[in-house]
Amino acid sequence: MASGRSNFSIRHQPGFTTVAVLCFALLYLPIVTLVVFAFNAGRSVAIWEGFSLRWFEAAWNNERVIEASIRSVQIASVAAVVATIAATMAALATTRTRPYRGLTFKYAFINQPLMIPEIVTAVALLIVFARIKVATGYSGLGYLIVAHTAFCIPFAYLPIRARLESMDLTLETAAADLYATPWKVFTRVTLPLLWPGIIAGLMLAFVISLDDVVITEFVKSGGQDTLPTYMLGQLRRLVTPEMNAISTVFLLISILIVTVFFFISRRST
Amino acid sequence: MPETPERNAIEVRGVSKVFGFGPDKVVALDDVHVAIRENEFFTLLGPSGCGKTTLLRLIAGFDFPTDGEILLHGQDIAPLPPHKRPVNTVFQSYALFPHLTVAKNISFGLEMLGRPKDEVDARVDEMLKLVRMEELRNRSTAQISGGQQQRVALARALAPQPKVLLLDEPLSALDYKLRKEMQIELKRLQHETGITFIFVTHDQEEALTMSARIAVMSAGNILQIGSPEAIYDRPAVRFVADFIGETNFLEGSIEERAAGGARVRISSGAVIDASVAEGFQPSGRVTVVVRPEHARLSAEGGQLAGRLSNIVYFGTDTHFHVELDGGGEFIVRRQNARDDRGTARIGDPVSIVIGAGAAQVLRD
Amino acid sequence: MSQTAETARKAEHDDVRKRWLLSAPALAIIFMASIGPLLVVVVYSFLTPGPYGDVKWAFSTDAWISVFLQRDIFEGTLGIADAHLQIFLRSVRLSLFTTIATLAFGFPTAYFIATRPQRTQALWLFVITIPFWTNLLIRTFAVQEVIRNEGILNTALVGLGIISAPIQILYTDWAIAIGMIYVYLPLMVLPLYASMEKLDFRLVEAGYDLYATRFRVLTRIIVPLVKPGIVAGSILVFIPSLGAYVTPRVLGGGKQMMLGNLIELQFGAGRNWPLGAALALTLTVIVMVALLFYVRYAAQSERRHG
Repeated sequence: MASGRSNFSIRHQPGFTTVAVLCFALLYLPIVTLVVFAFNAGRSVAIWEGFSLRWFEAAWNNERVIEASIRSVQIASVAAVVATIAATMAALATTRTRPYRGLTFKYAFINQPLMIPEIVTAVALLIVFARIKVATGYSGLGYLIVAHTAFCIPFAYLPIRARLESMDLTLETAAADLYATPWKVFTRVTLPLLWPGIIAGLMLAFVISLDDVVITEFVKSGGQDTLPTYMLGQLRRLVTPEMNAISTVFLLISILIVTVFFFISRRST
Repeated sequence: MPETPERNAIEVRGVSKVFGFGPDKVVALDDVHVAIRENEFFTLLGPSGCGKTTLLRLIAGFDFPTDGEILLHGQDIAPLPPHKRPVNTVFQSYALFPHLTVAKNISFGLEMLGRPKDEVDARVDEMLKLVRMEELRNRSTAQISGGQQQRVALARALAPQPKVLLLDEPLSALDYKLRKEMQIELKRLQHETGITFIFVTHDQEEALTMSARIAVMSAGNILQIGSPEAIYDRPAVRFVADFIGETNFLEGSIEERAAGGARVRISSGAVIDASVAEGFQPSGRVTVVVRPEHARLSAEGGQLAGRLSNIVYFGTDTHFHVELDGGGEFIVRRQNARDDRGTARIGDPVSIVIGAGAAQVLRD
Repeated sequence: MSQTAETARKAEHDDVRKRWLLSAPALAIIFMASIGPLLVVVVYSFLTPGPYGDVKWAFSTDAWISVFLQRDIFEGTLGIADAHLQIFLRSVRLSLFTTIATLAFGFPTAYFIATRPQRTQALWLFVITIPFWTNLLIRTFAVQEVIRNEGILNTALVGLGIISAPIQILYTDWAIAIGMIYVYLPLMVLPLYASMEKLDFRLVEAGYDLYATRFRVLTRIIVPLVKPGIVAGSILVFIPSLGAYVTPRVLGGGKQMMLGNLIELQFGAGRNWPLGAALALTLTVIVMVALLFYVRYAAQSERRHG
């Protein structure tokens, strides 16, 4: 109190700000390092040898990387779209109602993929799909798509359900009062108002599918690497900045989608 | 209830509504009968939870009655879904579609009815003019004020020319001044369109100033139906007298019966002449009601005597609280005049003169 | 019953049926690719391992017995399965350590965000969430690059003369712990923030008014009030840590195994699918118990404060 006029902030706690700043710094240090060394001219991921785009070029010319990327996007697109449609229908069926028999069961069922450790689901799928592969002879991308769709559903369900629950029920009542049939109420009022939630759910599902390693690693057949499983395989060897380059592009796409998601969900609240 | 010779827009016959089952059962409406005339401004008045909004929702078709019939021009509409009823609602929260403009909100009902485009456009113009909102037609509903939203909600509900317009406490979200303005506006709209309005409110003043007739509701029952004057001056039961305006209640017993009236000895020992509602045969212990403005203070010679216990100034009038000699309190209201401030002081002994015909014996 | 009442009952009945139809696709997909296979795992855990992986259709409880016990090859007696037990203990120990460390870092961070001006809070939250939504493998890889012997941490320390030779961090328990703290930190911060955001700072004012010091305000007012967030964050970090697979694989290098890697091993080189199934179910049960504990706690605190 040397100044005689200390400003006592009731929110302040000693050291908290330091820890928080340290936390933010440590959270970004590895990512920033990773991105910086993607542009390294040398082979090292620790010693800077000048700026170069050679590792991006190398990744671009790496057939296996491109192939895995395309496969990742294919799977994520189909899985996200199917999961979002299924989640939207499920959200419509489980919100804005008086509790009915089976409602709690549905909640538990839909959120089940979130509750079980991924490795457990992964080995379970390995067991089942191995049998089906033998029995049917089919070993295409279908297995991966079904598996991804299943764990994308709870993620897509989350924002859609939140949006539905915050929606004013009297809007639909008003539409019915103004002679709209139940189908017209849905297409003219419910769906337009639900749209931001659906888009958010779709993007979330897409990112989740794109990021998956564990389930994909166990379900994929030979030659069905996605970008994450390809990278997982490469990490066993001595890595070059090519991995950094691939990661950087991947990060950029994820951040882009999450940013859009962030602004959509912020605007809609 | 005597049948009216005029045509009924809505007739509610023996309607009950029960929510839940078993021990959680709530009876929202209990065998309600009411007939609402064509072109009438009819108000359902009562405290929250009395069943007035439930009755409105049953007429609109948002809920189905547990029992009974709802007739619209003589036809039972109770089993019809809301989009098949020529009845529109103005919601308490307005329920304007946030993704549509003002004009698109107003045209919604007409489009759903499949009216041709030029008819829809003409009708929207007409409605915008009716509620004086022409300049704001392309605004989003989030960009307009509460009062303007209210007007859009009205225009939207009136646009399809419903047989009956239902209004669910539409003014409760507005501030005092705007509410007064909209009360006049609503009366104008009802007069201009000639549509039957059924108005729900818990605000007795609103009900008295706007309605042709009022139904006072409590606990799922309609207690009294009548003109504002009838409801105010001749309340049928104690609840109505208590809910609408301020009232003095005096307990007493019948001394003597006369034609259309009775002589009542109240507990302080004083004797009052009071009127008795038609068809009511009071006996034994009764309650007598007197409106505060129907009595005046006097130095002596009134029916009741007491001591002034409090004086409360309200601007337009002043309330004098009198502690009656035999126990109990009585309030006298006096209109304030500039040159007469009165000389009464707290503690003064006073006498209360009850105007002729002001006292009334009530059913409990 | 009147005709209208009949209509109402039918409408309600139709509504419930429509709701089942609408949820059918989601339920079917999740059954097909998550719950159904889990039931098959239960069956597999009671079968006999096949010679080249997969199973023989013969009932056996061996898999379940060998989750915890092992048969001594020479004497034929049963003893505690040391190898499994060690991995179980390491998994629990590492998960607990991760939970406590993320709480130690996450609590001040969440508090920092919650005490920013209203407008910037969302931005700080966004900054925390970005790494969370980026690929887990990439984040683990980023940590690997920092802590490896030739990584920038060791290079910098050697360069500055603090150490003479690189410290071996990678492929140790420390590496796994650092990696898990890094990847799961946002899972701690988000629920903590959610309950701190609701914190009524007038209560903190009241605490100071009643002569509490900063430390007392923290331990006697803030911490008890945000306890639901602490519990939620701890569960959210503990559960995925226990089932972690990628982080220990990349940073533990296959030597320092956790439960997830032990399970995988049975389906690969171990060629003991029933044991893998039994281990997976054991993990599931532990996670379920933790979740159940949390759900009951949440319901209780809701009843108390709701």
